[in-house]
Amino acid sequence: MPNVVAEHADRLVDQFREMVLVREFETRVSSLFEDNELPGFVHLYIGQEAIATGACWGLKDDDYITSTHRGHGHSIAKGLDPDRMMAELFGKETGYCGGKSGSMHIADVDQGMLGANGIVGAGPSLAVGAGLSIQQNDEDRVCLSFFGEGAMAEGVVHESMNLAGVQDLPVVFVCENNQYGEMTPAQDQHSVEGFEARGDVYDMPAETVDGMSVQSVHDAATRATERARNGGGPSLLICETYRYHGHYEGDPMVYRTEAEVEEWRERDPVDTLESSLLESGHVDGDDVAAIRAEASERIDEAVEFARASEYPDPESAFEGVYSEEL
Amino acid sequence: MPEKSMRNAINDALSEEMQRDDSTYLIGQDVGEPGGSFAVTRGLYDEFEEGRVIDTPISEAAIVGSSAGAGMTGSRPIAEIMYADFMGLAADQVMNQAGLFKYMFGGDVTVPITIRTVNGGPGANAAAQHSKSLHGLFMHMPGVRVVLASTPHDSKGLLKSAIRCDDPVVFFEHMELYNREAEVPEKSYKIPLGEADVEREGDDVTVVATQKMFYHARDVAEQLAGEISVELINPRTVKPLDTETLVESAKKTGRVVVADESVVQNGPASYIAERIQQEAFYHLEAPVEVVGVDDTPIPFSPPLTEAVVPDDEDIETAIRDMPRV
Repeated sequence: MPNVVAEHADRLVDQFREMVLVREFETRVSSLFEDNELPGFVHLYIGQEAIATGACWGLKDDDYITSTHRGHGHSIAKGLDPDRMMAELFGKETGYCGGKSGSMHIADVDQGMLGANGIVGAGPSLAVGAGLSIQQNDEDRVCLSFFGEGAMAEGVVHESMNLAGVQDLPVVFVCENNQYGEMTPAQDQHSVEGFEARGDVYDMPAETVDGMSVQSVHDAATRATERARNGGGPSLLICETYRYHGHYEGDPMVYRTEAEVEEWRERDPVDTLESSLLESGHVDGDDVAAIRAEASERIDEAVEFARASEYPDPESAFEGVYSEEL
Repeated sequence: MPEKSMRNAINDALSEEMQRDDSTYLIGQDVGEPGGSFAVTRGLYDEFEEGRVIDTPISEAAIVGSSAGAGMTGSRPIAEIMYADFMGLAADQVMNQAGLFKYMFGGDVTVPITIRTVNGGPGANAAAQHSKSLHGLFMHMPGVRVVLASTPHDSKGLLKSAIRCDDPVVFFEHMELYNREAEVPEKSYKIPLGEADVEREGDDVTVVATQKMFYHARDVAEQLAGEISVELINPRTVKPLDTETLVESAKKTGRVVVADESVVQNGPASYIAERIQQEAFYHLEAPVEVVGVDDTPIPFSPPLTEAVVPDDEDIETAIRDMPRV
């Protein structure tokens, strides 16, 4: 894609930088988890980076997103601070949610991040609510709702897409088809292959894009968000991608072959973008090394911040359930 | 003071709060032009500008889930779910979404939503899927407040507080009480969530009764006057629960009956009884008696329904069976 690279070189370099940061964050989380430094369980985004970065790139600070249990990439792409994210994963008081959320529920509503969510399919109905708020107040905002293809089998996702269609809400449904719903192949979970047909059902434009290409995701998301901003209602974006790690860290992954993983790795969103940028001459090897080193240092800092932070006061476990104490 | 039906008192509360606060909107199935299945929202579609009263598809999860999302983003939605029985379809949106966000997201988020729904139905022979009283389910969900509408006066004041509350509130109306009329002030007033009402003072036995059971208990108290002096308390909200008022009364009378139309097993009446026994144990003459539905679905045929759902006779029997000094 030399012409495209030439035309958008500065943006693509910045997107590359963010994707490398997400990859570095996730890779570090994987090893921290393996070393038993993180409580709970984590679901990693490695392989899917182009989607969060490409889809969120054109968003404004006050636009909204909803996320999933696999939400670290979405959070970074929406501008959340890796220090406070990592601290939350460690269960520390400096984390985004004071140690009450962990990996699966990181949220920062002020930054438009309406929460990672441990319930598959929960995000779209929240996004419809954000869309209703935007519509009620006649605001120039949109809401992007990320969800995995597994969520397409959840009833509430159908209800939400239908309601968004009926109400013409400024919501973009971003389906990340990473080929597996938990540990079962997508084709065994959905009676119709592909998800574009869902767009017809709800009378919304649907588009399937290469989720390993930040440019493709970026372009399609830009079309969809612009349509939403201009009163054109909701859209469905299906991003074909692959989850390199298991459903969760520790997943034995008996359901797929190493050859299949390798096949997808050939199309790695970070590496292919790096190659394109190098080929086009917009970056050289030193630039790439510097970007990767910078990401590594940034995550070093985040880990240090998290390690140095205190655990929350146990008394805080009983605070914040209600707006006023009952 | 003019008399109003509970239906109209609730309608007044909705209208007043929607006039007062532009961030409110109504959402639910048939709440718009049709005016709601029980005609509670009648007239509001015309009263308010387009978009403030939103008719939806039959999508309980999306109605409540979208309300959670809207609540986080500056709106104050008032959702209607036609029957409490249908809340099962939206349970995740309360249990795992709206009720948790404030806590789970670290305390700064508020989810100011009100979900109006409808208990009751046995008296209308609505059968097993349209008759349950399910406030007990939602008492079990941290972060969620639970209100029971029993009288026209209280319904209006409680609903106004629920709408202004920054936490998710499930507001249970009762199908068989909508036509009940009573005096309702014209002026705006609120009733705080968490304050029980001592409807009638008495010395011999305390009856704590909710919704339709409250009316049964009121009739019984009147009939027994002169023979047994009944103190009748309507808790009005079950979360927060005004334990203080209940315990104070229990200490005074030494005998307590709790009457509630829910299933008794792990239900609201059992919980209220447990709290009273914990806190007033040494003042009680007898264990707290619980009147409710005993682990049985609500049947259809009138004689079957009458066998399952408590009425004034059951409450009177419970009172009379209390040991007396």
